[in-house]
Amino acid sequence: MNDKQLMAGNHVIGEAAIRAGCRFYAGYPITPQNELCEYMSEHIREVKGGVFIQSESEIAAVNMVAGAAASGARAMTSSSSPGISLKQEGISSMAASEIPALVVNIMRGGPGLGNIRPTQGDYFQATRGGGHGDYRTIVLAPTTCQEMADLTMDAFDLADRYRNPVVLLADGMMGQMMEPVVFKEPKPRNYSEAYMMRGAGSGKSQIIRGLILDQLELEEHNWKLARKYNIIRQNETRCELFQIDDAQVGIVAYGTAARVAKGAIKRMKGAGMNVGLFRPITLWPFPERELRKLSEKIKYFLVFEMNLGQMIDDVRLALQGFAEIGFFGRPGGVVPTPVELANIIDQRYFKKNGPISRG
Amino acid sequence: MKKIFSRPKSLKDAPFHYCPGCGHSIAHRLICEVIDELDIRGIAIGVPPAGCAVLAYNYLDIDMIESPHGRGPAMATGIKRMLPDRVVFSYQGDGDLAAIGIAESFHAANRGENITVIFINNAVYGMTGGQLAPTTTMGQRTTTSPLGRTRELEGYPVQVCELLSGLRGTTYIERCAVNTPANIMKTRRAIKKAFEYQMDNKGFTLVEILSPCPTNWKMSSVEACKWISDVMTKEFPLGVMKDIPSAQEKKAVAAHD
Repeated sequence: MNDKQLMAGNHVIGEAAIRAGCRFYAGYPITPQNELCEYMSEHIREVKGGVFIQSESEIAAVNMVAGAAASGARAMTSSSSPGISLKQEGISSMAASEIPALVVNIMRGGPGLGNIRPTQGDYFQATRGGGHGDYRTIVLAPTTCQEMADLTMDAFDLADRYRNPVVLLADGMMGQMMEPVVFKEPKPRNYSEAYMMRGAGSGKSQIIRGLILDQLELEEHNWKLARKYNIIRQNETRCELFQIDDAQVGIVAYGTAARVAKGAIKRMKGAGMNVGLFRPITLWPFPERELRKLSEKIKYFLVFEMNLGQMIDDVRLALQGFAEIGFFGRPGGVVPTPVELANIIDQRYFKKNGPISRG
Repeated sequence: MKKIFSRPKSLKDAPFHYCPGCGHSIAHRLICEVIDELDIRGIAIGVPPAGCAVLAYNYLDIDMIESPHGRGPAMATGIKRMLPDRVVFSYQGDGDLAAIGIAESFHAANRGENITVIFINNAVYGMTGGQLAPTTTMGQRTTTSPLGRTRELEGYPVQVCELLSGLRGTTYIERCAVNTPANIMKTRRAIKKAFEYQMDNKGFTLVEILSPCPTNWKMSSVEACKWISDVMTKEFPLGVMKDIPSAQEKKAVAAHD
C-alpha cells in the first residue's frame, strides 16, 4: 500500500485526498487540471460514501463543497486560474462561515483565458484572500509530486484545525509531470462534531451564516477571524532552505520556479558561484521571519517567479530594506531554463561583485 | 376549550421582520407546520437565500446554512449527498432562483437531486427595493423598469415551473399562492407532498409560491392579494405541473382495475 508509485501530479493530489478521507469532490473541467477531476470521478466513488459531481460551473462546485463540508465531510474542489476566479465567491463565504475545505489551483497563463501553460500569475489572488472582504486562506505551494501528496493531506488537517479554506497552489507543469511518490499514513481526523450541520436532532438548532447586519457584531467577527489568522502566521509558516549556508546570493522561488532555481544553483556551484535557495512552502502565511534571518548573512536576494513580480512584494515586506532585492520573471506560460536563470544571476551579481570567499 | 391554532413548534417565538402583508411569514409558518406534522425537525436542513428571506434562520427552528446568492440548490446538493437521510430544502426568491441562480437550479433539477426547492415568486427584488425580477409581469412597473416591462427591453417573465417540468430529472412541481385561505391550504399540502416525496427518495421537488409584496408593489395588503389573482396567475397559472409518483400510482391502479 505504501510502495513507491510513479504518478502524475494531478493524480497524486486526488489519491492523497482520498487517502486523507476526502469524501466529496465537485469540479468542472478545465485544462490543465482535468486529470484530477477524472481521477476523482473514478476513485472517490470506490470508497464508501464517496461522492463525485461534475458540476455545471465552478461556482456551483465550490458551493456544493461548502454544503458537503458544512455537513461534516472532508470536501474539495479543483480548477485552474479562470475557474478559481469563479470560485472566489464560495471561498470568501466559506472563510466567513469558517467552513474547512481544500481548493486546488493548477495555475495556467492569464489574465483572462490566457493559455494552458504553467505560470504563477495567481499568487496575489491566492495569498490575499482572492475574493471580497477581510480574510485569508492558507496557501501551500508544493514543488514535487511527493510534496503534492504530503501537502494535500496536510491541507485537510490545516483546514480542519483552523476551520478555513486551504488553497493548494501548483501549476500546469506540476499537474502533468510524473514522479515517484510514497503516500504517508494520514493522521486521524480531529474535527469536532459541534461544527457539523447534520440536523438539530432533539437538540438546539444551529445556523451557519456570513451575513451579520449589525456593524459592531460584524466587526467582532472580523476581529475573531483576525486573531485566528495571527495564530496561523505564528505557527504555520513553512519553507525549505537549499544550499543557503555559504551563499552570496539567495534566490527566492516556489513551485516550478524553485525547481528551475535548484538546477541553476547546481550549475553555478560548478562555476564557483555560491547561490542558495529560499523556498516558501506556505505562501500565506509567508515565512517572513525565516527570510529576514537570512538577511543577516546574505545581502542580495533575487526573486524568481513565473509572472511579472508578485511574491516580490512579500519579500520586500519581509526583508524591510535589510538586503538588496532583484527580480527575474517571465509571464505568459514561459518556464525559464536553469541556464537562463544562471546567466541572469551571473550578470546581475557576480559580474559586478565577483565570487567572495567567506574564509 | 379545544386549541385549534397555535404557533408551530418548529417556528421560533420571534416577531417577523417582514413588511405587513408579506407572504414570507405565511410560507415560513406553512413549512414549520409541515415539519411538525411530519416530525422532521431533527432531520430537516434548510438553505435560505440572499434576499428578504436570508433571515429565515431567525424564525425556523431547524439547522440552516446560508448560501451565497442563487447557490442554494448547489449547497443543498452537497448537504444531501453527504446526508441522504436528512430532509434538505432551499428557500429561494425569484431573483435568487431564476436570475443569478438559474444554472444551479436548472442543473440540480436536471440531476434529479433528491431535494426540495421552496420558490417564493413575488415578481420583484424585495430586499433591494423593488427592482425588475425575472418574474416581473408584462407591463409591471418596477424601480428599474419605470415604464413597465416590455418584450423589447426586458423580455418575457421566466416561468420556472414550466421550464423545470420539461426536465426529466424533476419529480413533482406545483405552483401555489398564499393570497387566499384556500390557496394557503393548498400550498401547505404541496409543501407536505414535496417533503414526503423527498423522504421516499422520489427526487427533485419544487413548490412555487406566488407571494404578495405590498411594499414594493405599492399596494395595500388586500390589493396585493387581489393582484395575485387578477394579474400574476394569468402569467403564472396555479396548479400541479408535474407529479410523477401520483401519475404512476394512478396508472398502477388503472392497470389493476
